[in-house]
Amino acid sequence: MTNLAISKAVAPTHFYPPDPSSQVVCSIGGNIAENSGGAHCFKYGFTTNYVLGLEIVLTDGTVVTLERDAPGYDLLGTFVGSEGTLGVATRVTLRVIPKPEAVRTLVAFFNDTSSAGDAVSAIVGAGMVPGAIEMMDRLSIKAAEEATRVGYRLDAGAALLVELDGPEEECDARLGEVISLCERSDAIEVRTAESEAQRELIWKARKAAFAAMGRVAPAYYVQDGVIPRTRLSEVLRRIDELAEEYGLAVANVFHAGDGNLHPLVCYDAARDGEPERAEELAGLIIKTCVEAGGSITGEHGVGVDKKAYMPAMFSEPDLATFQRLRCAFDPHGLANPGKVMPTPRLCGEVPGPYREHPLERAGVAERF
Amino acid sequence: MAPQLRPESMEAAAAVMAGAAADGDPIRIVGGGTKLGWGATGDVPGVEVHTSGLERIVEHNEGDLTAVLEAGVPMEAAQRRFASAGQMLALDPPLGSDHAATVGGVLATGDCGPLQHRYGAPRDLVLGMTVALSDGTLARSGGKVIKNVAGYDLAKLFCGSFGTLGLILQVSVRLQPLPASTATALGATTDPNLLARAARTLATAPFELEALDLAWRAGRGGVLAQVGGTQARLRAERVATSMREEGLARVEVATDDAELWARQRAGQRSASGVIVRISGRPSEITRVLRATDACGGTLVGRAALGMSCIELEPDALGRLAEHLPRAASVVVLDAPLKVREAVEPWGSLPPAPLLQLMRNVKARFDPAHACNPGVFVGGI
Repeated sequence: MTNLAISKAVAPTHFYPPDPSSQVVCSIGGNIAENSGGAHCFKYGFTTNYVLGLEIVLTDGTVVTLERDAPGYDLLGTFVGSEGTLGVATRVTLRVIPKPEAVRTLVAFFNDTSSAGDAVSAIVGAGMVPGAIEMMDRLSIKAAEEATRVGYRLDAGAALLVELDGPEEECDARLGEVISLCERSDAIEVRTAESEAQRELIWKARKAAFAAMGRVAPAYYVQDGVIPRTRLSEVLRRIDELAEEYGLAVANVFHAGDGNLHPLVCYDAARDGEPERAEELAGLIIKTCVEAGGSITGEHGVGVDKKAYMPAMFSEPDLATFQRLRCAFDPHGLANPGKVMPTPRLCGEVPGPYREHPLERAGVAERF
Repeated sequence: MAPQLRPESMEAAAAVMAGAAADGDPIRIVGGGTKLGWGATGDVPGVEVHTSGLERIVEHNEGDLTAVLEAGVPMEAAQRRFASAGQMLALDPPLGSDHAATVGGVLATGDCGPLQHRYGAPRDLVLGMTVALSDGTLARSGGKVIKNVAGYDLAKLFCGSFGTLGLILQVSVRLQPLPASTATALGATTDPNLLARAARTLATAPFELEALDLAWRAGRGGVLAQVGGTQARLRAERVATSMREEGLARVEVATDDAELWARQRAGQRSASGVIVRISGRPSEITRVLRATDACGGTLVGRAALGMSCIELEPDALGRLAEHLPRAASVVVLDAPLKVREAVEPWGSLPPAPLLQLMRNVKARFDPAHACNPGVFVGGI
């Protein structure tokens, strides 16, 4: 079942918050494997926060039912996001929540991403948790605007989409505050959607950003990294430096609330060595994220592509400890082999439970 | 009495764990000591490892709404620190005598309070964790950013594991802004069906409640719904209107609501009686309310989550089971030692394949079976 079909099935009173941008085609099983997020997770959380039950099949054919509040280990929580390496999810029970009563959407344009970042800090610092805060830089604005013609300002260095949702009174009280915080962070223009049609136009550019990159580059490499949000300016500066050094354009689309960056590294496969350079640059961007205290992936997963970067985030004992979980579920390593873990490992035999030897009990011998 | 060890660094803690396990000593992990009576009585400890030497608030990243805490930090101290920046860790379990409950203990037991309604359980708020295993391994998983899917989410595995996999040393958590103000709408009734219906209406309305609790005792009770934000009073009035429409009596709005919620939390613990935690479908709450009456108990519960705590006299425990919905899981938390030794506090065993999987996990993480042996589900 697709992600979008879930929200449709429980509409109009309820919705299923995790909404990865691939929601038209991605399946809930895939969302379970990746612990998918989306544009609304700063406020509403991730797939793992909504799964109440799972039927899984282990590699030896055993069917196990995992329930969220049942006594015992939270195997449900460890299975979600395990990228298919612990078994296959075959049936999913989800929690859905009441659809927010009101939605207020605005887009603010800034001269640069650093001012837009200041606005995000001010909004969060004022105690607000918007339903979505999305940022686009100059290049992604250009691509999206060319593709959609919705009127995003081409002279802006950053666009910040803010969506407040929740009870009517709260949204109305907070909207004015968001507008003035954007203005105080030197927004060159703030546009508030006055109708559902206007809201859709504001979102249309954001949603088109990835696909629209085809207009500025023949190919691009989508990176997925996370940083502590307060490090945004310095990380973007570093990405700019790297892009210049590699002679490649990098566009940035950013879930600004939760610090999830999606740099799009543009390249031309027809040019000799450029795909490799793009990949190398994307790798350096990820390392920059980790050095800033972040993560190599926020929602796209490790898979094969990023397993080489796992040691940048985790030490050898950390990785060996991950392997213990893998071995408990799949001792022969048959589920999605070759994913997530940087080096192939075997599961050793587990020693049986410790039992006191009669000689120990008698005080005749001791264990070393 | 088992010797008490109090490591003051993560490395020292790992060495202490490895040493005890190598000596064949069952390790008892102790935080604030407020929930040591939970779970099965387990093996007699050979050594107690206390986390009171690990009580640093390592980071509080205000702008990122995150913090890194050592396991022995008292919840109250952490909350005081966050509150000074207008933030909170959205976990409000009862803190026990002397408010001694620690971050590590709350996580290890998966304990929650009314805020679970909106923000979830410890496993939903923990971003990363460093643990010591019984072979001396120090291992970190997750990170300290709010979005991260690299590697297995071992923090979730350790939350609610009752210390049976290893020792939680340090955690990174997600914080939330403290609401600018709060207000609570409450209404009463003597009709369990009416209460269940009203709770359902409130749970499915777009009120964006912080908490939605039930209270019930001796054939009467009510529902409490808290809102938080800049317009709390106005919003609570609307919730109150909905309560009146549902037929609840004595409906009112309280803006000074801290005491109301402290009482709900207090109802989750008992100094001399028994606390039973029931998890089931929210739609079966009527039966749980009737079961509470049948055994002379007092209930506090999370209406939308299907979780209730019932306090009762030890001799009423047998009667309770007869009246509960069959699918509900029933766990005994607080109970006099005599009772705990006589019953299986975790209720019926999980299905065989699930229990086997749990045993596999235990065997991989703690092959020496040294960590809190015997206190968990199925004798783990």
